[in-house]
Amino acid sequence: MANADCIVIEGSNMAEAHPVGFQWVMEAKQRGARVIHVDPRFTRTSANADRHIPIRAGTDVVLLGAVIRHVLENELWFDEYVKLFTNASTIVGEAYGDPEDLDGLFSGYDPETGTYDSSTWAYAGDTDSLHRGLPERDETLQHPRTVFQILKRHYARYTPEMVEAVCGISREDFEYLATSITENSGRERTTCFAYALGWTQHQGGAQMIRTAGVLQLLLGNVGRPGSGIMALRGHATIQGSTDIPTLYHILPGYLPMPKVGQDDFAQYTRAIGKKEQKGFWADADIYATNLLKAWWGDAATPENDFAYDYLPRLTGAHGTYQTTMRMLEDGVDGYFVLGQNPAVGSANGRMQRLAMSHLKWMVVRDFYMIESATWWKDGPEIETGELRTEDIATEIFFLPAANHTEKAGSFTQTQRMVQWRDKAVDPPGDAQSELQFTYELGQRIREKLRDSTDPRDRPLLDLTWDYPVAEDGEPDAEAVLAEINGRHLTGERAGQPLAGFAEMKGDGSTDGGCWIYSGVFADSVNQARRRTPGQMQDETAAEWGWAWPANRRILYNRASADAEGKPWSERKKLVWWDEEAGTWTGNDVPDFPATKRPDDPGDPGRGGAAALAGTDAFIMQPDGRGWLFAATGMVDGPLPTHYESPESTVVNPLYGQQSNPTRVTFRDRNNLSSPGASDPRHGATYPHVFTTYRITEHHTAGGMSRFLPFLAELQPEMYCEVSPELADEVGLEPYGWATIISARSAIEAKVLITERMRPLRIGEQTIHQIGMPFHFGRGKSAIIEGDGANDLIGMNLDANTQIQNSKNNACAIRPGRRPRGPELLELVQEYRRRAGLVPAEQAQVDGALGAPGAGPADQYTPERVRGPEEAGAVPARDPSFKEMDHR
Amino acid sequence: MTLLAGPAGPAAESGWGHDHPRKGFFTDTSICIGCKACEVACKEWNRNPVDGDLEILGSSYDNTGELGANTWRHVAFIEQGRDRIDQARESGRQLVSLGMPTIGPGPGRTRPGEEAPDQPATAEAHPDTPDFRWLMSSDVCKHCTNAGCLDVCPTGAIFRTEFGSVVVQGDVCNGCGTCVAACPFGVIERRDDGTVSAKVERDEEVPRLGTANKCTLCYDRLLAGEEPACSATCPTQSIRFGDHEELVPSARRRVQDLHAQGQTEARLYGANPRDGVGGTGSVFLLLDEPEVYGLPPDPQVPTQDLPGMFARVGLAAAGLAAATALAFLGGRR
Amino acid sequence: MPGPVKLNWPVLRQLRGTDRTGRGTAVMSSQTARTVARTVTADGMAQSVCPYCAVGCGQRVYHQDGKVIQIEGDPDSPVSRGRLCPKGAASEQLATSTLRQTTVKYRAPYESDWQDLELDTALDMIADRFLEARRRHWEDTDHQDRTLRRTMGIASLGGATIDNEENYLIKKLFTAAGAIQIENQARI
Repeated sequence: MANADCIVIEGSNMAEAHPVGFQWVMEAKQRGARVIHVDPRFTRTSANADRHIPIRAGTDVVLLGAVIRHVLENELWFDEYVKLFTNASTIVGEAYGDPEDLDGLFSGYDPETGTYDSSTWAYAGDTDSLHRGLPERDETLQHPRTVFQILKRHYARYTPEMVEAVCGISREDFEYLATSITENSGRERTTCFAYALGWTQHQGGAQMIRTAGVLQLLLGNVGRPGSGIMALRGHATIQGSTDIPTLYHILPGYLPMPKVGQDDFAQYTRAIGKKEQKGFWADADIYATNLLKAWWGDAATPENDFAYDYLPRLTGAHGTYQTTMRMLEDGVDGYFVLGQNPAVGSANGRMQRLAMSHLKWMVVRDFYMIESATWWKDGPEIETGELRTEDIATEIFFLPAANHTEKAGSFTQTQRMVQWRDKAVDPPGDAQSELQFTYELGQRIREKLRDSTDPRDRPLLDLTWDYPVAEDGEPDAEAVLAEINGRHLTGERAGQPLAGFAEMKGDGSTDGGCWIYSGVFADSVNQARRRTPGQMQDETAAEWGWAWPANRRILYNRASADAEGKPWSERKKLVWWDEEAGTWTGNDVPDFPATKRPDDPGDPGRGGAAALAGTDAFIMQPDGRGWLFAATGMVDGPLPTHYESPESTVVNPLYGQQSNPTRVTFRDRNNLSSPGASDPRHGATYPHVFTTYRITEHHTAGGMSRFLPFLAELQPEMYCEVSPELADEVGLEPYGWATIISARSAIEAKVLITERMRPLRIGEQTIHQIGMPFHFGRGKSAIIEGDGANDLIGMNLDANTQIQNSKNNACAIRPGRRPRGPELLELVQEYRRRAGLVPAEQAQVDGALGAPGAGPADQYTPERVRGPEEAGAVPARDPSFKEMDHR
Repeated sequence: MTLLAGPAGPAAESGWGHDHPRKGFFTDTSICIGCKACEVACKEWNRNPVDGDLEILGSSYDNTGELGANTWRHVAFIEQGRDRIDQARESGRQLVSLGMPTIGPGPGRTRPGEEAPDQPATAEAHPDTPDFRWLMSSDVCKHCTNAGCLDVCPTGAIFRTEFGSVVVQGDVCNGCGTCVAACPFGVIERRDDGTVSAKVERDEEVPRLGTANKCTLCYDRLLAGEEPACSATCPTQSIRFGDHEELVPSARRRVQDLHAQGQTEARLYGANPRDGVGGTGSVFLLLDEPEVYGLPPDPQVPTQDLPGMFARVGLAAAGLAAATALAFLGGRR
Repeated sequence: MPGPVKLNWPVLRQLRGTDRTGRGTAVMSSQTARTVARTVTADGMAQSVCPYCAVGCGQRVYHQDGKVIQIEGDPDSPVSRGRLCPKGAASEQLATSTLRQTTVKYRAPYESDWQDLELDTALDMIADRFLEARRRHWEDTDHQDRTLRRTMGIASLGGATIDNEENYLIKKLFTAAGAIQIENQARI
């Protein structure tokens, strides 16, 4: 980032959420880079940017779509780069229909299920050529069905006027943004985007990121110094926990979990990557084999498909919110909460806590007595009377956890760099690491099953679970890292670690728990523990920690050189082809087969890395290109398209389709949504937009900040931020109290009236946006407590990621504190009635509403409680709902 | 005006000789991101207790309020509209072009060759003047060249270190509080009971209770060759630590740069050795007038007349000391 | 009879030394003269990484007598160059806060308060419950007779602030047990 000439921070409050990372932005700025912050709020990031551009939450696709249009209309794209490295020239099949023609829908939409059949988005070409990543192309970009021409048509209506009307951004601000980006792109200059949860936490968030991706590809800002789209992630190893996932849908190294029906190993691996396709996913079978071998050792043989059948199968989404719903239906007995605080940190906090009251038992492992461990005695539902402690059957085990100084192990930071931590001291008392806890749990389970003959127990009994253990019972974390890295199992080098995933074999002669991390233990050295001081290295600092894959710091860096392998410019050189040495070289580890010449045509007959041409810089893509148009991989369309948030009071000016037609929601009386624009009569009940965020002084759900005196005193109370105009309109007093009411719940907060919040003019409407930090929760153990913003948010998810929309929801606000006890529920219900969300006959529901046993669900008519457009868009048999049948 | 410390710098005058460069801070508020890491790192290192009542203070994102016995770094947050920004630009521009003798000397009156342009880059308000800004600034003890607290301390508890900083010795201080009134910046304060709520109390006792407390420029860290906790942690290096002699010129250059970019609101605070405290060891680059940040525009050490008084009473004091010593020695016999 | 007493009173130091105004060397107390930073006298220092956000700032963890006594930025780190934000700077408190829990607590069904429990007992009870929940909600096949080989009785949430090695073991054990509802902050 420090090498960028222009930095656009959008969907991120980097100075507040990543202050130490922000030093690189400040440095770039002092060197003359332009820094622009696009955000609904003026934050500490805006205060240090060259310009803050206020935006209506959730309209980023319109803004960036208009910049794309600006680039296309004014012929500002990086032509050579685009033709060489992107799929601009690829011709899309005839079946494809664009929202331009279908009033906001893509071809292949099934209103019955609320899903797309993405086969209509496929490239043109015969099946075999397509499998080999060789679709039909028109290098002149003139064919009307080339990606380039489709792009032009798709974004034609994303005009500056539309930006003004949808985003509330002036022409002048738009011009400034578009010019800043385009003038700082090309051979000599690069622009970098930074985003965070301000993009991911929308129903359509993945597409916001894609919009920036399309723009950056058009401008040649991928794979080059100071370029790219930087995801600023919020947790010490949230990157690592995706790479080596504790996520339902993937196995280590982004191998998907098998889905029902994938009973054959070859069928499973071909769905990931075909042997004949280009690039490194062609070897998916090898990566999977090595994982299975690492887990099941001698029990994994070529004859039994390496124990593939030991893996459980998915039948749909099993994300944390689906699990919450299942809990409410008594479908889950036990819940492990490991360094997480869902009672405060997950959407619809009330449903989270109610769900936990349905469990038979839960294990909470933390440093402090967080709200997820104490909801049964001092949670908000105890206050409202919805739950009574003496009625709650849930058994709770609170186990103290070791902290980061009390155990050795690795975190992977936001740029994929794995860094090792040394242990400083022993954990106090009963505190244990997760490593030791999990290991011991496994030991005990296996011991209890020792004599079992049930085939269901074979995966547990055959599991490799023999880590060296220290005197205090702590397993050796380096031994686990070595397993993740992988090793040779046979031959001369048996027992030695793999040098990288290229050494992995598909015949069972090697193993490795996570292929992308292979190399982290090369030469039997913990590469993540390398600590050559930064001041003794160049700016790449390749000798500090280890970045996957293969210690590469910038992905797809082949794109930093032109067709002949020469850097696009001296100023922006990174890797290049060294003709004399016959190899790629440079300031970073080249992300390309090392000796493949730039003019290598590739060998389509062989598949994999051999099939890559010398200009196929995007080595993980089956066609070797950066995707302007994503024919596969996105469930809600190959091109980012603007939809309004489901609760928005603004009618989508771009298309008839109001909201994202694939979004996922859960029908429940506690998960209602404002009818928004779909019902102008009722939209006024929840007229304002609220958006939630992190602040510097706190961390996520507060488990690591509200218990620390020095952080607690810096931001001691829950607050909301409103504009002076809204304060006047509603009658809010500076630093007094306000009650914020959504269709889910009502909370109270201190009021910060500030010009940092600006009302936006959207057509005939004035849109007020309200900001709230999400760090607070109710419980008696933390130093400070406050109402939780997540109680206001519904479980409404992006269909691509199953991540909830926290950034763009509707609310009402009024002065004063909220009512206590059952009256709080009555207040929420009163607003629901006004909005027409609950039928009148339910008006008498008492404080037990939504509590266990409050009444059979069939008394409740989901269709009635949703806005008209919602009823059509997400019918009763949408996939998430079908999934509910499995709950 | 006659002050106790002369041109050789405060440490040299305090028995340390001339080979100790004066250390200090340059806090460049133009790159402060208001993260408050300095506040926390300071408290953590110095084991200072929590203060305040854990309620929102009503001052933008500032819930600390002011410097005091328990808070030795304080980040102020100021929200301003366009009118105020224009005024700040104009007042900063005038500081330069008129060479106004305020506490911020203005770069125009510094060393030859380092002068700011006589006319700032833009005589009118800069066309890029934003409609709104959010100022953030980390305040700290000024470690004055002529320190009121040090001058008035009757017990010798406050001393001038070899780094030129002013430090309270907790084992000597009797908590009389004389120094509190003598500080023109309101920095020093006595640490009293009752500031810490039970929920946040630590295992160990609150240190230095009942004595005067303030920033020590991390005297212990400096002795170990480390820099103070606040500057070490500052993510953007808004707080810089170093030799006063080098920091001040670099601060002046920074003001020049900002003026050249049209940010004529930039000015220095504490860099003028002819001001009422003889200049400060902690120098600040501000983007508005000092009052806006809660800083006195023209601080005066209350002991300005002390040198004269000192000459008169010096002899008597020495005689008294001798008599006391004799009395003690006599007693031992 | 004692010999001549060497007096070191501040006022005498002031009179005979170079600190004639009595505000520097002359008044330095014996405690001040012994000033030493606790990082100097620490038993040791471990290089670590900040546990808060994903920037991955380097930390130096100083410890004495088995306790953390100071955490500050690691100047060697090319990521952070020795700097920490307020959360990183507060992480010594994360370890040493008196609110830190160090013993197992157990809340029995319908009870209104915690009770103490031996760690070993707790782990054994959890293992029993794990197997029982796994069995109760086991699914061999779906309604079309397709293999599922899984249990829906156990869920887990968390992992973005615990180590890669820990996540690896969690995913490995839970997957082998057939539990699929394994999630972390990345979904939130």
